[in-house]
Amino acid sequence: MIGKCSSCFMIVDGVPNVKTCREPVREGLVVERQRGWVPPAGGVELGGVENRELEADLLVVGGGPAGLSAALKAAEYGLDVVIVDEHLRLGGQLLKQTHKFFGSVELFGGLRGFQIAEEYIRKLESNEKVKVLSQSAVYGVFRGGLVGVVGRGAHYAIRPKSVVGSPGASERYLDFVNNDLPGVIGAGGAQTIMNEFGVKPGERALVVGSGNVGLIVSYQLLQAGVRVEAIVEILPEIGGWFVHAAKVRRYGIPILTRHTLRAVYGNERVEEAEVVEVDERFNPIPGSEKRFEVDLVLLAVGLEPDFRLFAQCGAAMKWSPDLGGPVPLRTSDLETSVRNLYVAGDASGIEEATTAMIEGQIAALSTASKLTDGSRASRAIEEAEKLSKFLWDEYRASPLLARARRGKLSVTVSREEMERIRSLNPSPVSFG
Amino acid sequence: MAIRSYRRTGVVELEELARLNMLPPEERLRRGPAAVLECPEMIPCNICVPYCPTRAIGMERLIDLPVVDWERCTGCGMCVAVCPGLAAFVVDLSGEDCDYVTVPHELLPVPRVGEEVILLSRRGERIGRGTVVRAWERNRTYVVTVRVPKGLGTEVRAVWVEK
Ligand SMILES: Cc1cc2nc3c(=O)[nH]c(=O)nc-3n(C[C@H](O)[C@H](O)[C@H](O)COP(=O)(O)OP(=O)(O)OC[C@H]3O[C@@H](n4cnc5c(N)ncnc54)[C@H](O)[C@@H]3O)c2cc1C
Ligand code: SF4
Ligand code: SF4
Repeated sequence: MIGKCSSCFMIVDGVPNVKTCREPVREGLVVERQRGWVPPAGGVELGGVENRELEADLLVVGGGPAGLSAALKAAEYGLDVVIVDEHLRLGGQLLKQTHKFFGSVELFGGLRGFQIAEEYIRKLESNEKVKVLSQSAVYGVFRGGLVGVVGRGAHYAIRPKSVVGSPGASERYLDFVNNDLPGVIGAGGAQTIMNEFGVKPGERALVVGSGNVGLIVSYQLLQAGVRVEAIVEILPEIGGWFVHAAKVRRYGIPILTRHTLRAVYGNERVEEAEVVEVDERFNPIPGSEKRFEVDLVLLAVGLEPDFRLFAQCGAAMKWSPDLGGPVPLRTSDLETSVRNLYVAGDASGIEEATTAMIEGQIAALSTASKLTDGSRASRAIEEAEKLSKFLWDEYRASPLLARARRGKLSVTVSREEMERIRSLNPSPVSFG
Repeated sequence: MAIRSYRRTGVVELEELARLNMLPPEERLRRGPAAVLECPEMIPCNICVPYCPTRAIGMERLIDLPVVDWERCTGCGMCVAVCPGLAAFVVDLSGEDCDYVTVPHELLPVPRVGEEVILLSRRGERIGRGTVVRAWERNRTYVVTVRVPKGLGTEVRAVWVEK
């Protein structure tokens, strides 16, 4: 439920398969439950759809930290930018992050996630170089480099000179008995409900996964007045940063390492969760079962990069376990094997918001260096090099980012290598 | 390499803090308030550094551990307010029959001066009761100073307000 799964599908005003997690309430709205396969809407008056054509120097797909910073940086260099996001508001994951961010003060560190989003949105909205299309989804790319976008009441065909793809990631799910019972949700979904829309998602919770997401969401549940019974982690050590773990431990939330969730039980919704200890080979230890009375089970078991846009464009991809799944190969300035298609943020490999913002800027600067000339172009190259150096040599030097750094290194290729890849896999679409 | 115990438990022991040079000498704490930054991992963060009004916190690279010069530190609590890890505390062992601890607090209800609160250890155990002597706010983080029973100054790391 970060807007990318089907858990919240309902029939809204007669239209099936509407993602209710991002459908705003309005007067007279009719919402019905749907079960299984629902036939397509019949006899529903959908209203007229206007067709619009747009041109842009840069199209940014996804308005999270990566996309926002890319759009703003490109506008700073005088490019005409269109930024598209399917959600109601720009901001991506930042909207639900009520905790303060790390990093340095220059990189928005110390601000809370949603405050960073507010800051960006304020700057973008007052910039006439940037056109924002929210509640609009990029659904496909066509030969000739035409990008299709469905918005509210409008369909756009956008012809951009370059594209920064920053659609983020989707949450992973987990196999266990009754995992389809209501009350089992993704951690990101709980954050949306609680931190964005102000609704308490349950009374007693069990959180699965002790990465930063699991730890942070547990702290936020505590703040919302939800009792967190435990955080379970299958590995022998806590996945996330110590400081995030210490925050929840001091309020008495246990972190059960070497434990996993086996089943949930309940009528109509979750009433109980069964947790079991595992041995070195992750096999359950008989007799170690524990039951928790909970009405909420949150899964924080990892994210997978959203690779669809890149795969559809025919970009050369590589599967990286360190980055959470398949990602496009890219040069150090984040251009994929599809010329003028860039990747930034979680879609380039799961990392975090600060690195997403830096990547977004590097991609925008590379575009700017091609679409401007003279001193502007050389200033863009200089700025990109500085950011790149900071990203690789300072920020990612942290041992806590070693895994992402290793992953990103393994999918970054030289320009010459990229030309070779291009000649071997000519892409069906092109921009520019 | 063996897993450090705090990576298994989420609790850092005093010996570990001392080993990392993150615990002020007891003699210093008996002279008055000083910052204790419980930040043992090389995370990319330096927020506390520019905010310290006396420039008592040193750090070379973004990923280095913060180092407090306790002779410069006045125990003002600014680092407690800004640290995104909620890892900064101020400890004062100068009292005759009580200690003082300053902790970050982001839960409702907000503790009020004079109020009695439950004291929590690093592992969340309820280890006593204390009285709030100061509380101020910065960007929604409350910085709460509590008077605690003598001996608990290096143990208390959170307060709980009974609703
Ligand atoms: C609980 C949690 C806590 C975190 N805490 C921190 C932290 O403290 N510090 C930190 O640095 N990082 C943190 N992160 C990580 C950080 O939030 C992500 O790494 C970051 O948001 C990635 O940015 P992004 O721009 O790539 O993607 P996102 O923020 O996910 O944004 C992607 C956007 O793209 C839109 N989109 C997707 N597909 C389409 C499409 N086809 N058409 C139109 N729009 C589309 C989505 O609606 C979304 O708004 C946290 C993450 C989580 C989940
Ligand atoms: S307590 Fe004040 S003086 Fe001491 S390190 Fe923190 S901010 Fe600096
Ligand atoms: S602000 Fe907090 S988390 Fe960041 S370096 Fe300082 S003590 Fe560590």
